Amino acid sequence: MPATIASPPLTARPLRCRSCGAEHAAAPIAICEECLGPLDPVYEAGRPLPDRDTIAARAPSLWRYKEWLPFDGDPMWSLDTGFTPLVDAPALARRFGVARVWVKNDTVSHPSLSFKDRVVAAAINAAAAFGLDTIGCASTGNLANAVAAHAARAGLKAWIFVPDELEAGKVIGTSVYGARLVRVRGTYDDVNRLCAQVADRFGWGIANVNLRSYYGEGSKTVAYEIAEQLGWRLPTAVVAPMAGGSLLSKLKKGFGEFLDAGLVRGQAPRLYGTQAAGCAPIVRLVERGGDAIEPEVPKTICRSLAIGNPADGVFAARAMRETGGWAAAVSDPELVEGIRFLAEDTGVFAETAGGVTAAGAVALARAGRFQPQDEVVLCITGHGLKTVEAVQGAIPAAPVIAPRLREVTTLVEEERTWPSR
Amino acid sequence: MAITLNLPSVLAAHTGGARTIEASGRTLGEAVADVAARYPALAPRLRDKEGKPYPFVNFYLNDEDVRFCGGFAAPVQDGDEVTVIPAIAGG
Repeated sequence: MPATIASPPLTARPLRCRSCGAEHAAAPIAICEECLGPLDPVYEAGRPLPDRDTIAARAPSLWRYKEWLPFDGDPMWSLDTGFTPLVDAPALARRFGVARVWVKNDTVSHPSLSFKDRVVAAAINAAAAFGLDTIGCASTGNLANAVAAHAARAGLKAWIFVPDELEAGKVIGTSVYGARLVRVRGTYDDVNRLCAQVADRFGWGIANVNLRSYYGEGSKTVAYEIAEQLGWRLPTAVVAPMAGGSLLSKLKKGFGEFLDAGLVRGQAPRLYGTQAAGCAPIVRLVERGGDAIEPEVPKTICRSLAIGNPADGVFAARAMRETGGWAAAVSDPELVEGIRFLAEDTGVFAETAGGVTAAGAVALARAGRFQPQDEVVLCITGHGLKTVEAVQGAIPAAPVIAPRLREVTTLVEEERTWPSR
Repeated sequence: MAITLNLPSVLAAHTGGARTIEASGRTLGEAVADVAARYPALAPRLRDKEGKPYPFVNFYLNDEDVRFCGGFAAPVQDGDEVTVIPAIAGG
């Protein structure tokens, strides 16, 4: 009989309060029992860290950076998530007037086609470490898809809460996995409040409530991958969408950790956050200054970013200010145009948040926020097939013809008279 | 005016386990002051040093975020329900 090597059991790292510093044992809790501030995982300071070659030789998933993820032992689930393509985008570079642009293409994230696979890969392993049999989330759609998909693969029960008015792709892309999907009358902020009470009452692992300290760390892997895929160096600027704002603060943390580890050198990139103008509390905080979010009631077709009371808004604003970045809000017509030019320029079809990011980058360029020598990465976080409703009316209808060559010839002749794009 | 204040578990640790507290006042701020006087350990987790809502909690008056209806100045009536929710959640 072949010998088997037992893997060390998966355990979650202990936690520390970002606000008051109080230490907490590893547990499905995300807020400090003393001051109610956010808890962050604590990593062992002197732990051995891999070098570039060691990381590069590992499997192409986000677990190649496991020393910076909040577990000891081997992860049990979602081993194939992460390491999405970094796509060179010269047409976008010309559009923004900068030296280079790349798209970090999380539209092809595995398994649920958004960057939320990264955070759920962390959350589902936290659930495993704590022996939880049910997970859940409050979601604007992408997280719902991710929790449902990852829970199905791990054999966990899933309770998923979303606002009642959500795109069909987001709804079906959740229920299809057998998750218990609940549509709540109200905004995402209403759903989120309900889920805070649900986590308190039922003891489930709610990914973005009581598993949030572990969940959030998954976002850092976007920064690690960008650095590695650029050949172990950093871009000068990164543009990302903002809903709750967590991605911005985790990008800052991720780039900082790779600088601290000596895996990359130089200056951390300037971080820019984008939102839809109909729900832009973090952009307005950056523009106004100060340290308090003024909540908004969302009015935008960009439902994936429609969080009027963003939990990490203050931390996102700090990340942008501290790196020398800024923020931009775009209208709904601008975000639809953003989806279109991103697709035409790069071959990447993004959902509404990607349209916000692309159009937001144009707004930042017009406002003089980029320099000609800049190397910019756009974080495109979800697939366009999830929100086809947003672009349906803006795309030219396809002609319907009989199967006759004559009719194609007519179309080709008509096209010759069209103005070139 | 008697209102009901609903607390999350993390705050019930400072009320001897009580998750539902009766409070009185004409405004939310007065009702919170009433609770703060009776539960001193809870006080700094509901109000900051300037007497404003503590930033790591949100208050909901009959399901509405009180920041949309005047904050602590929001008038309260007999039978109103105020729910305190930790602010760090979601996204």
